[in-house]
Amino acid sequence: MADLPTWKTINHACLVFQPGNTVEYLTGDWRSMRPERNDEKCVKCGECWMYCPDAAIYIDGRGYYAVDYDYCKGCGICARECPHGVIVMVEECE
Amino acid sequence: MAKRVGIEVSIACSEAVTLADVDAIAAYPITPQTHIVEHLSEQVAEGHLDAEYIKVESEHSAMSCCIGSAAAGARTFTATSSQGLALMSEMLYIASGLRLPIVMALATRTLSAPLTIWGDQSDIMSVRDCGWIVIFAETGQEVFDMTIQSFRIAEDERVLLPLMLCMDGFHLSHVIEPIEILDQEEVNSFLPPYDAKYRLDPHNVHSVGCFTMPEYFMEIKKQQDEALKDSYHVIREVWEGWEKGFGRSYKPIHLYRAEDAELIVLIAGAFAGTARLAVDRLREKGVRAGLASLKLWRPFPREDFLRDLGGAKVVTVVDRALSTGGAGGPIANELRAAFYHAGKRPDIVSFVAGLSGRDIMAEGFVEMMERSLDYSEKGEIPYYEMYGVRE
Repeated sequence: MADLPTWKTINHACLVFQPGNTVEYLTGDWRSMRPERNDEKCVKCGECWMYCPDAAIYIDGRGYYAVDYDYCKGCGICARECPHGVIVMVEECE
Repeated sequence: MAKRVGIEVSIACSEAVTLADVDAIAAYPITPQTHIVEHLSEQVAEGHLDAEYIKVESEHSAMSCCIGSAAAGARTFTATSSQGLALMSEMLYIASGLRLPIVMALATRTLSAPLTIWGDQSDIMSVRDCGWIVIFAETGQEVFDMTIQSFRIAEDERVLLPLMLCMDGFHLSHVIEPIEILDQEEVNSFLPPYDAKYRLDPHNVHSVGCFTMPEYFMEIKKQQDEALKDSYHVIREVWEGWEKGFGRSYKPIHLYRAEDAELIVLIAGAFAGTARLAVDRLREKGVRAGLASLKLWRPFPREDFLRDLGGAKVVTVVDRALSTGGAGGPIANELRAAFYHAGKRPDIVSFVAGLSGRDIMAEGFVEMMERSLDYSEKGEIPYYEMYGVRE
């Protein structure tokens, strides 16, 4: 906490002057379960991409759907919604 | 030129708000605040005041609108009372946490139940920790003056905090008094237009009210607490400026015959006028009595209390609010806490009286003060006592 602002230096009333700076806050480390994909089963339907509440799924260079682990909180919605069983949730510690 | 007129105190408050040239008003009517906002809506409708008058469906919405308006950099006013204050209490903490200089007039009134519309100070005391500057007016002239002063205090860049101006419901809000109404030029000379340092602006963006994690919250709260404590100096400065400009003097605690007093009665608001009569009667009887009329409640004027009341033997505190099941009236409690570490401290006797419009006559103050002396001599001081209750 030593490098955090003090009560004298913290922004007045906690105002935020830099738009969109939540991107710097990597929420991926909240995750206890990690989605893992098997692209061989994927038909590129995009349901995981649509349902992800954190916009943490992106389309990779090959047109497949990939997980951005910096922001994926591991909620498991993608695994629940995928109609082809592409995604399984595994414990982070494994 | 200022003009002295006979005017209802609520209307004088609205006239002051008009002279302060506010940009926005969001309010919901409630007895005994109604005349203030009713008159303001007329002022806007008739073109005497160029402001947005936002009609809302509740006090919660009123304060929410005020928060948005103040965040946009507009000079913002509202008024409420009792249940209305309770309903907006959630938003009060947000207004102060976001450091928005909203000015609110509070016609103080009892909180139900039993259902009642009459006055006491239980509403303001229920939100005493909400982070607002809290000022009590004793007279109609004070309501007029303090309304204009309030904008100057709240909007000062060293302060940027909301301010509540309390006037006793009915006992002050509804009486007609001779009040000196300043003219526009005089008000302009004292109160500059509001130029907000932080305002929501699409060309120069910032975010207000963001989510805060535990590692930041306490720093923000300390910053707010220090700002509220420091506002004391700005309040004094503004009051001194007022005295210089218009001749009327304001202090955190206004004293009457208290310099050599061994028995001082402390009360906030309009009932101090009656207490003054009691002090005169006790002086005639040879008791060295005095009065302390409390004007500034937040920030808590600890040093003023220690200096002004520290010389007395006994202080009678009359609270028009009950801390139900607690350790005494709210003002008495904080006074006791302030004196706890003082080398020399008076006996502090707490009375709860004048709840929900029950009058306290001069004889009542005399009796409470004499009883305080008696308790002090016997060395048996009760936690608190409800005065004037039928046994």
